[in-house]
Amino acid sequence: MMPVKLKDILELPECRTLVSAAPDREVTKIFCCDLLSIAMSKAPAGCVWVTVMGNRNTLAVASLADAACIVLAEGVSLDEGTLAKAGEEGIAVLSTELPVFDIALEIHEAGGL
Amino acid sequence: MGEPLIYTYDIDGEDFTRAGEASSSVKNRLKMLGVDSAAIRKTAIAMYEGEINMVIHADGGTITVIISDDAITMVLADRGPGIPDIEKAMQEGYSTARPEVRSLGFGAGMGLPNMKRFTDEMKIDTVIGQGTTITMKVYLHSDGL
Repeated sequence: MMPVKLKDILELPECRTLVSAAPDREVTKIFCCDLLSIAMSKAPAGCVWVTVMGNRNTLAVASLADAACIVLAEGVSLDEGTLAKAGEEGIAVLSTELPVFDIALEIHEAGGL
Repeated sequence: MGEPLIYTYDIDGEDFTRAGEASSSVKNRLKMLGVDSAAIRKTAIAMYEGEINMVIHADGGTITVIISDDAITMVLADRGPGIPDIEKAMQEGYSTARPEVRSLGFGAGMGLPNMKRFTDEMKIDTVIGQGTTITMKVYLHSDGL
């Protein structure tokens, strides 16, 4: 199977791209979790992390866990400063109106993750 | 490498959203030093949990990171209230964090257990009313640096 790249996910019609970074980075897995302590210890490196937790600590956790991309579900967003920082750190950020499960399923079906 | 590298960080107890800056900085330094990525991840996670704890419970403090040939040592010192029951505090799911902290995705009672899980040694020295010092070590393989 072809490796899934971040750009395949950035192109999903249900998602709005807030930060486009590292489109050629290979993504490994989909990971869904809102508790940051659990996300930090369990999120696999290179994952697409789906969450409704949209604050600056979300980015810190994504960065420390080496996630490739944050997908904010349920219309959640991040403030401008945090988005700028995500760009600096090379972490893509997407936003969608869909619930966590639905968007995770979309990504799964689109990418085979 | 010869002499150990020593870095000190002041952790601001006021600003919860800034927690994580010190661990990010350590992570980047370790990357530049070519430390193996598993050791970097362990160090970054353990230190971030420690930073969060210092902000939530102790109004900040100081973190000293010592990078030597064989280990990364983190010393987290605060002047907070101390930990009355360490055994309880080490249980997953036990938390004394405030509701507003929980609403940000923390306070799940995973901090200290994660710190233990991601380090090779961890020691807690705490005095009620005076503060807590936690020393954590992540071993590096002899070819790590």
